[in-house]
Amino acid sequence: MSGVLSMNGARMIVDTLIEEGVEVLFGYPGGAVLPIYDALYERRETITHILTCHEQGAAHAADGYARAARRPGVVLATSGPGATNLVTGIAAAYMDSTPLVALTGNVPLALLGRDSFQEVDIAGVTMPITKYNYIVKSPGEIRASVRDAFAIAQSGRPGPVLVDIPRDIAEAPCGAQREKRHSPCVPVPSEREMDAFARALARARRPVLLIGGGVVADGAGVTAAMLAERLGAPVCATLMGLGALPWDHPLFLGMLGRHGLPEANRAVEACDLLLAIGTRFTERAAEDRRQFAGQAQIFHIDIDPAEVNKNIPADAALCGRAGAVMEGLLARLPAPPREPWGAAFTPFARRAFPEPGTPHALIHTLWRLRTPGMTVVTDVGQHQMWTAQTYGFSRPGELITSGGLGAMGFGLGAAVGVALARPGRRVALVTGDASLHMNMAELATAVALALPISVFVLDNAGLGLVRQLQDEQCGGRRFAVTPGLRTDWVRLAEAMGARGLSLAGQSPERVVREALTTEGPCLTHCPVDPACNA
Amino acid sequence: MTDRFVLSVLVNNQFGVLARIAGLFARRGYNIDALTVAETENPAFSRMTVVVGGDDYVLEQIVKQLMKQVDVRSVERLTQKDAIFRELLLVKVESAPETRQDILALVGLFDARVTDWSEHALTIELTDQPDIITALIDRLRVHPILEICRTGLTAIPRGDAAGVPPVSGA
Repeated sequence: MSGVLSMNGARMIVDTLIEEGVEVLFGYPGGAVLPIYDALYERRETITHILTCHEQGAAHAADGYARAARRPGVVLATSGPGATNLVTGIAAAYMDSTPLVALTGNVPLALLGRDSFQEVDIAGVTMPITKYNYIVKSPGEIRASVRDAFAIAQSGRPGPVLVDIPRDIAEAPCGAQREKRHSPCVPVPSEREMDAFARALARARRPVLLIGGGVVADGAGVTAAMLAERLGAPVCATLMGLGALPWDHPLFLGMLGRHGLPEANRAVEACDLLLAIGTRFTERAAEDRRQFAGQAQIFHIDIDPAEVNKNIPADAALCGRAGAVMEGLLARLPAPPREPWGAAFTPFARRAFPEPGTPHALIHTLWRLRTPGMTVVTDVGQHQMWTAQTYGFSRPGELITSGGLGAMGFGLGAAVGVALARPGRRVALVTGDASLHMNMAELATAVALALPISVFVLDNAGLGLVRQLQDEQCGGRRFAVTPGLRTDWVRLAEAMGARGLSLAGQSPERVVREALTTEGPCLTHCPVDPACNA
Repeated sequence: MTDRFVLSVLVNNQFGVLARIAGLFARRGYNIDALTVAETENPAFSRMTVVVGGDDYVLEQIVKQLMKQVDVRSVERLTQKDAIFRELLLVKVESAPETRQDILALVGLFDARVTDWSEHALTIELTDQPDIITALIDRLRVHPILEICRTGLTAIPRGDAAGVPPVSGA
């Protein structure tokens, strides 16, 4: 088609997206991106544009899509407010290392820097939350900028890249294009480093594995399980690392940290070597940096050399892809698997059954009734922690959650993206009343697309996690945490065209099953005891 | 232990690169004591010389964070022993007929130059190592100093190694 039509900047952008293998992008149109939308119209048979209700929803959707599909998500927004609405979504992708390409329109070059209508210096705004960004200032730069954006977003430790395109660049005739410049590079440890690391690892008597998002991102769960078995090491995971090891693996103890399981934290306290893979030891995982793994040497594997020694000093470190490095270690470690030392720790699979009526019991019910290939998306707050503590994840990418940024309002947008990346499979969104109030408009998007998203609103009539923090840290002086909202969630869902269900006075089993078998989007109101902590 | 480090950073001569690097230092809480930047002999690259205070932890983090930047080509730590450190000073000193000779004596002693004469002031120029520049300023303080401009440090390694990739095609 582009052979017939004269090539302009916008067509070049869309052609380059197609060349990069993009099938779906999320966005919201506006004046500065009109030419790009016009070019998308021409290629609508090849590339699908998903219109959300808000650019933030589009950014979270692209993020969710990227995490589920394990390839870059793409989001497109207009200048000014369109671009600034992306910011939280870009930051969420940055903090969780998701490959994301954000395209923004801007005012024509001649109007840049004049505080023109809908002008924002989005490159300046997003500099700290992107791996890189471009303002395309000549039509000859378009193809290379977009291709470089994809290369940078995926290379090494993945992350978001933003390309800002002034409107006249999108309209300009496009001639010769500059060559793509960025070539991805991943650190690879030397043989000698690997040998020394493996030897020291083999000497540990009470090793524990700590699995982070890097293992999930690399799809290296099976290798991590093999390494744990070889070392006889109990395994705990960060929030982002859940799913790397299946929940029923006998060595898996669950999530560690502030909201983690006592067994996982006890193992970290007791071990003499902590092998941390693909994690940055945030203060949520390692709250007290002095006491953390107090008896242990810290061995650290990460794709990003800057993570080594940043939060917790490492006694030994290897930089590279989680999967490749672990395979290298497996090849060097003595072959017979060691007898596990951590028999005193109860594996996650033998955790106590949650008390009926608690939020944990509800999550447990959801888990028991899960459909094949179902993904769990969460928002942020207590419900997120209850899910992480209780749900048994079987595979990497089964949990999609905003771990690093902790962005309330992430859930619905992300669920839309996940549902599109995994067609034909159910998405269960576990959210809270406060999180859902933030960005609930995307339920309308889910309805428009008839996506199989089952929303479970754990309603404790307020901001549960903030209330919990006020109880713990402010002497129980609760403030601005019970907004007194009176939203009728069932009717709201119905008004937006989704099915509305309520758990009030019903058997959770029956309602959850119904929610998970509803064809299109469905919202289930789940009142929970506001006194429950996470 | 807190120390001062001199880092020589070769970057792509790209729009916004200074803001990117300066922003990185600011948001990660590293204190820049001085920063100079200019194009190299290959216009595709710029050289930044950054003087930064901190301990070994900070130094390690800065180098690693810099290396993550798409536009950063190389980061090198320079020391007095293996590099030439230079800074330019322009200082304007109030001078009366009875103090002028004292000031000129200092100018001579420090191998500085007078670059502007006016009725009540002298402007002095000195290119030297930062500690020598500080010493001259300290000596001049007995006279009222009207204004001081220091460029911050720039530095180049000693020896015959080239620091910048050649212009492509050259």
